[in-house]
Order: sequence, then structure tokens, then C-alpha cells
Amino acid sequence: MNKKEIEEKNSSNSDSKLQLAFYWAASCGGCEIAVLDINEKILDVVALADILFWPVALDFKYKDVEAMDDNQIDVCFFNGAVRTSEQKHLAELLRKKSKTMVAFGSCAVTGGIPGLANLASREEIFHVAYLENPSTSNPQGILPKTEVEVKEGILTLPEFYDEVRSLNQVIDVDYYLPGCPPHPDLIMTAIGAIVENKLPPKGSVIGPLKSVCDECRFEKTEKKIDSIKRIYELETIEDKCLLEQGVICLGPATRGGCAAQCLDAFMPCTGCGGPAPNSIDQGASMMSALASILGLEGEEEMKEEEVEKLIEQIVDPVGTFYKYGLPTAIINRKAKE
Amino acid sequence: MTVTETKTELEEFEPNIIGFLCNWCSYAGADLAGTSRIQYPANIKIIKVMCSGRVNPMYVVNALQQGADGVLIGGCHPGDCHYQHGNLLARRRMVILKNLLESIGIDSRRVRMTWVSAAEGRKFADVIKEVTEEIKKIGPMKDIQRVNEW
Repeated sequence: MNKKEIEEKNSSNSDSKLQLAFYWAASCGGCEIAVLDINEKILDVVALADILFWPVALDFKYKDVEAMDDNQIDVCFFNGAVRTSEQKHLAELLRKKSKTMVAFGSCAVTGGIPGLANLASREEIFHVAYLENPSTSNPQGILPKTEVEVKEGILTLPEFYDEVRSLNQVIDVDYYLPGCPPHPDLIMTAIGAIVENKLPPKGSVIGPLKSVCDECRFEKTEKKIDSIKRIYELETIEDKCLLEQGVICLGPATRGGCAAQCLDAFMPCTGCGGPAPNSIDQGASMMSALASILGLEGEEEMKEEEVEKLIEQIVDPVGTFYKYGLPTAIINRKAKE
Repeated sequence: MTVTETKTELEEFEPNIIGFLCNWCSYAGADLAGTSRIQYPANIKIIKVMCSGRVNPMYVVNALQQGADGVLIGGCHPGDCHYQHGNLLARRRMVILKNLLESIGIDSRRVRMTWVSAAEGRKFADVIKEVTEEIKKIGPMKDIQRVNEW
């Protein structure tokens, strides 16, 4: 969108500016900063839009949201996974008050890094965080409760659920904007599409129908590796595909739109873009891709144990393949066997 | 249902096993077992794939999540793959998947890779017997869903 169009839009609709809201749930706050990564274009956004709710930047109370009319917010950008009853309440409340709900960033889209907590139960998490942690002094063994009675009355805390969920597992989501955080270009595409009312069908992921490899500048050839390395273990990093150099890179299984920026800095893709188009399980796709290139000479004669030895080089399978997407994977939590 | 009835039901747990068999060897092996009238447990539900290398780990995870107690992947013997090395790819995939399953709390013995050629009807029946016995020992796949729904 060029400046003229923005001005036109402004003059014609000066009294009906776009009403935006931002909210964060179980997230690190990086997505909030990403909104500002669009740099000076934020001024265009401000010219086009009113911000009704943005706890990280502006002082609003929950009761302000409760007082809004239904569908008063045009677009709500919701980042973070849902872990506590407070986050669930706000997600439901904002859904009621918003015409369009956008899951913003990996945590809201696929569960994100907080989603890896699904490998442990609430009890295990509390045990480590409040009792076992070496830097924690808790002689009375107090664990968080939702309610406690004190002299002055009853104090409450939101409930900490047993599992982390992505936003669409809690409320109806209209659009998805993946990334950790989403690339500024994608944010601008989304805002542009909203302003011009050229949004794709409901449920779309705002991003290209390509994998990260498609955007990566490195040359790719027929791959074959026999060992897996961490990036610091490479003596020299060559200017070619990192997978070919033995580094696990989730590029083949991850949706692009990020311009492969990490790869530009010689860091392997960790998969924040979520599953590639037409795939439902990013980790399974990556396991499949990695197995295709990780092999040894003369494997036909080998026993399963030797292959196991080769595969054991993948130290943390869940953290490697489902770093950002455990809650939305097919098996999305630790099973109790 | 009376208590005794529940007990017998538990004792005679019949596992639900999904078998992904390759078109050229294992499926033909299963066919031979059938035409030779070799008896084997009826716990296996066979899905024919063109090559064991076609089996995406996603199929296996999906089967386990949707109620299979075990998954068997059958391919040609190493070196005999109709597509040169699809069976080797399958083996690597399943080894990676087993590692993942272990770290996510699922017994990796539920997934098994085997080589059965088109001439090995007897071996096929033996493998099915073995797998069924093993899965019976491991027990039913626990519901992956957690207790406190919200």
C-alpha cells in the first residue's frame, strides 16, 4: 500500500478507523516487540487504526474490554499460548468483542516453546519450579493455589492448567500469522490485507505456500550425511545447505515467509513457521526428511543396532522436531505409560 | 457387566495392530500365508503401501493416537527393495520415530519393522504371532488424553 492510498483511506474513513487490539498470553513478549519491528510503517498503522487494547504498551484494564460492545474490535492480534484460566478467559472475552481474531506468532498458532511443557504434568512443573530448583528456598513447600484465605479476605490466582494449548484449541481463530516472532513483512501483509479488505478465506495462514528451503540462499545438492553436528562443532561453515553439512535444519518441513533470515546468519532453521503447507505434522515431516539423508555406506548389511547408533546422535527428538509445535502435533503431550 | 466378566475381558486383551506392508514383498508374503492356509492371529489390520519407504512417521503416530496398540511395518529384505533403498529409509525413519516415542512416554516396542519377502508366508505368520504376543504383554495403548479436561 502506498502513501497516497493510505491518505485516501484516511480522509474517506477518518471517523471509522480500524479498531485494533493486541493481547499476550503465555509468550515471551517478543511478538509485542515484533509489532514495532515494522519500523516507521507503524506510523501508517497508527494513521489507519485506533488501538483499543494493548496491555504491554498502553494502560488498559480488563474491565475496559468487558465494557466494550460485541464485535467492537475489528481485528485482535493474540499472541501466546493458553496456559492459565486468566488467559483462557481473556481469549474468550476478546473473541466475543472482535470481528476478526488473528493468532499472532508461533505460540498462538502452534503452541510454541511454552508448549514443550506438555512433556510434563502440572505437578511435575510445580515440583521443579517451587521445590526442587536449587535457587528456590521454600522450606514450607508452598505451591500455588487458586485461592487462599488471609486475615483480610480471600486472595485468588488464575488456575494453572495441566497442559498448554494453542489459541485455536481454545477459541475460534480466523487467521494465523506464524513465526517467532512473525516477520515484519508478513505483519504488513496482514495489516494491508485487513485494511484493503482483501483477506484470504477464513482459517488461512498468512504466509507463502513455500518451505523455508525455497527462500534459503544456500545451494542445495544431492544430500547424504553420516553424522549430525551442532553448529559450533563445524570447523568451518561452508556456504552451502546446512543439512548437507550435518546440521539439523528444519527448513524442508517449515513454512517460509521469513526470508530464511536465520540461514543468512548461518543458524539452522528450528521450525518457528509451523508445518509446511499441506502437512499436518511438522515433526513427522522432518523425521521423514532427515531419515532420507542420514545414512551410511553399506547399510544393507547392517543390523538395526548399528542404525540405532547412527540415529542416537539426535539427542532431543521432541525438542528438535517439535520445538514450536508440540500442542498441535498429532501426539501432543506426554503419554502416561 | 459383572466383575468376573470384566476380568476375563482384561485377561484376553486382543490388541489392535496396524500393518503397513509393501506391495512387492511383505504384502505378497501375507498373500502367500493366506493362500497356503497358514493360521495367524487376526489382530493385524493390513494396509498396503507401494513401498515401506512410503510410510511417513505421521501414519504411525496417527495410528497410535487413534487407538492402535501396535504398528508393524513390513518391507523387502535389504537389497531387495523394488525401489532400490526404500526399505532402508523406512528403517531409519522408524528408528528415529522410536526415539521420539520413548521421549514422549510411549513404549517404542509398539512400533516394529520387519523384513518379509514374497516367498516367506510362514515367516509372515510367525512375525504376526510374535508381534501380537508382544503387544499383548505391553498391554493396551493408554489414552493420550490427560485427566483434567477444561
